[in-house]
Amino acid sequence: MELSNLWFVLWGLLWIAYFVTDGFDLGVGILYPFLGRTEAERGAIRAAIGPVWDGNEVWLVIAGAMTFAAFPVLYAALFSSLYAAFFILLGALILRGTALEFRGKGTGRLWGRLWDGAFFTGSGLCAFLFGVAFGNVWRGLPLGPGGYEGSFFSLLNVYGLTTGLLFVVVFAAHGALWLALRLEGEAGGRARRVALRLWIAGSLLVLVFLVNSALYTHLYANYLTSPALMVLPALALASLFLQGTMIVKGLYGRAFAASCLVVALIFATAMAGMYPHLLPSRTAPPWGLTIYNAAAGEYTLRVMAAVALTVLPVVAAYQCWVYRVFSRPIKEEKIREEEGY
Amino acid sequence: MDALTLSRIQFAVTAGFHFLFVPLTLGLAVLLAWMECRWVATGERVYLRLTRFWGRLFLINFVLGVVTGLTLEFQFGMNWASFSRFVGDVFGFPLAVEATAAFFLESVSIGLWVFGWDRVSPRIHALAMVVLAFAVNFSALWILLANGWMQNPVGHTVTAGRAELTDLGAFLANPYGWLKFLHTVFAGYIVAAFFVMAVSAWHLLRGSEVDLFQRSFRMAARFGLAASLLVVLVGDFHGSEVGKAQPAKLAAMESLWETGRGVPFYLIVIPDEGKEANALELFGIPKMVSFLAYKDFDAAVRGLRDFPREDRPPVTLSFLGFRSMVGLGFVFVLLTALAVWFSRRGAFKAPPLLLKAIVYALPLPYLACQLGWMVAEVGRQPWIVYGLMRTADAVSPGLTAREAALSLGGFTVLYGILALVGVYLLRKYAQAGPAEV
Repeated sequence: MELSNLWFVLWGLLWIAYFVTDGFDLGVGILYPFLGRTEAERGAIRAAIGPVWDGNEVWLVIAGAMTFAAFPVLYAALFSSLYAAFFILLGALILRGTALEFRGKGTGRLWGRLWDGAFFTGSGLCAFLFGVAFGNVWRGLPLGPGGYEGSFFSLLNVYGLTTGLLFVVVFAAHGALWLALRLEGEAGGRARRVALRLWIAGSLLVLVFLVNSALYTHLYANYLTSPALMVLPALALASLFLQGTMIVKGLYGRAFAASCLVVALIFATAMAGMYPHLLPSRTAPPWGLTIYNAAAGEYTLRVMAAVALTVLPVVAAYQCWVYRVFSRPIKEEKIREEEGY
Repeated sequence: MDALTLSRIQFAVTAGFHFLFVPLTLGLAVLLAWMECRWVATGERVYLRLTRFWGRLFLINFVLGVVTGLTLEFQFGMNWASFSRFVGDVFGFPLAVEATAAFFLESVSIGLWVFGWDRVSPRIHALAMVVLAFAVNFSALWILLANGWMQNPVGHTVTAGRAELTDLGAFLANPYGWLKFLHTVFAGYIVAAFFVMAVSAWHLLRGSEVDLFQRSFRMAARFGLAASLLVVLVGDFHGSEVGKAQPAKLAAMESLWETGRGVPFYLIVIPDEGKEANALELFGIPKMVSFLAYKDFDAAVRGLRDFPREDRPPVTLSFLGFRSMVGLGFVFVLLTALAVWFSRRGAFKAPPLLLKAIVYALPLPYLACQLGWMVAEVGRQPWIVYGLMRTADAVSPGLTAREAALSLGGFTVLYGILALVGVYLLRKYAQAGPAEV
């Protein structure tokens, strides 16, 4: 059973990698209409995530495919249960990606407005629905002998909705800090100013989340039996505090790094509370999924672990190198129309 | 319609749409790598301009391939939960390797390539395209090994109602997967060759940028001829493999009802599924089907009547799809051979008629790709995993017809809009011609 434990950790880490990286892309999309007032500013904002968003999105593809390979039963249950939510999520991801590519390639006000709208809506919906989806996973779904016994609307409970909002605001703050680092000019100034406000709102939502988790979920059960886990939420709060301090001091690089930790540690806090569950059932606990009844065979887990542990470090290093290549800030006047990818 | 039928239509729509963009990505990446390496090697500016012109068209197409691929990855869980539960252990593995090893490389490289012109040296920039071309083709390998396993499942055992991977070597060496991979990527190269030839021909007919478009036409023609010949060659091996692994599919592809030895190949056939016979068979070539399928003129070929009705694929679709695809394959060989001949170095004299024919032929390789997938997937029915699981047992148990109808409608509308925008942009930038650099 050790391999399924390893896969539980890897699975969590893959989602963390996705939310830490694409999280700021989604946040940038959410802030886009508010921070970019002129055509040049909007071009600069899109260019700030242009070289990296596609590589970031791959973490989602990896997390999805690894779920399929390592926990096929979870893959089947999760995506078929949340059918409508994932359908909208896919539509939103498609809109976000095509908007980034096509926005700069047409002309006319209507063209610009439509794709701007698609970029904003797509990014916002993605962030929100990921929050709703994971909120409901942490809360547990009504799973019975016939599978999922709820509907799309039963996902929109208090815990799901506040978690959705938490994702939106935390990603927006994350995106604001990315833009604060990457942009010069007025749009960059606006990003730096809005970062603090978003941090305050995000901190409140983190507290709401921690309280709600006690009210609506069983996430704290593991913390009562293994108090050492408390280090995760403690570090999450410490990172949050650090993020705020750095924003106030105007040290945006450090604030962004702290923001990465905030995203990672909030997710880790919830996942540590889940173990060994992957998709608990609220209504009939035996029908919930755990790493024991949802995992692939020993052989597949071993092969997949070998692949993940050898290939992932290489691709992650390649991605880091590309981040370095694009680490210089963007000047609005240097954006070329054709680089609207 | 029930959730099963709607899910099948949705898979056909989303996979078919995804595969409008993938073939061009596969081939154009290779052509672009070739162009950019020539720019780095020779320093001739025309190759830089070529790279940038075709690169822009590549990107418009690339992003549509990427975003429509997302749907496919999650759709297995959304609509086909019973399938996913049954095969995830085996089928999820190649998808996960594809995402980790190949898709990652390509998505990181594309950002570097698009935005890196002023940030990295020309050599590194060209290398990014070489890596990209490798990665997209490497992607295809894993996806087609996954599909190859559904066609010819190997390297697993079924325990407690689930297929489990037991032999990685057998899975990776699955001949069906490898033949599918080769056949599919070469088909993609044909699409890219015709795309480049057609756009170049359009400009040549108008006399704009003659030197530049003669070069891309020539490169694409050679690339296309090689790919067309290889597609036919691999297709022949692939047909034999189908005969071994899925005899019912082979019988449907040839619309062969009666089992026999030395089976003739009829040029014109009209199948009649109701009567379980062909309404018309004309111009027979003796013993040809036996030879094509098993490389033996007297080999026995099983006819459809030999299979229980519930194990037979839809005959008319498989047969027409296969015939049209093969016919198109020979058209591609002919057209690319003419294109190579008339675009020889130092003697470019392609007649306007040929150029026009190539412009109008652009939809044909796209059509051939769709037909090929139709044969592969319709011909495998009624199985989703050949011999192991029926399509009817694979759909998500909780999925309602209403949900499936809504998502099918949603995807159709969204994809319809994307297709219009994609075609509009490709046309706009293709006609605008290359910019000065």
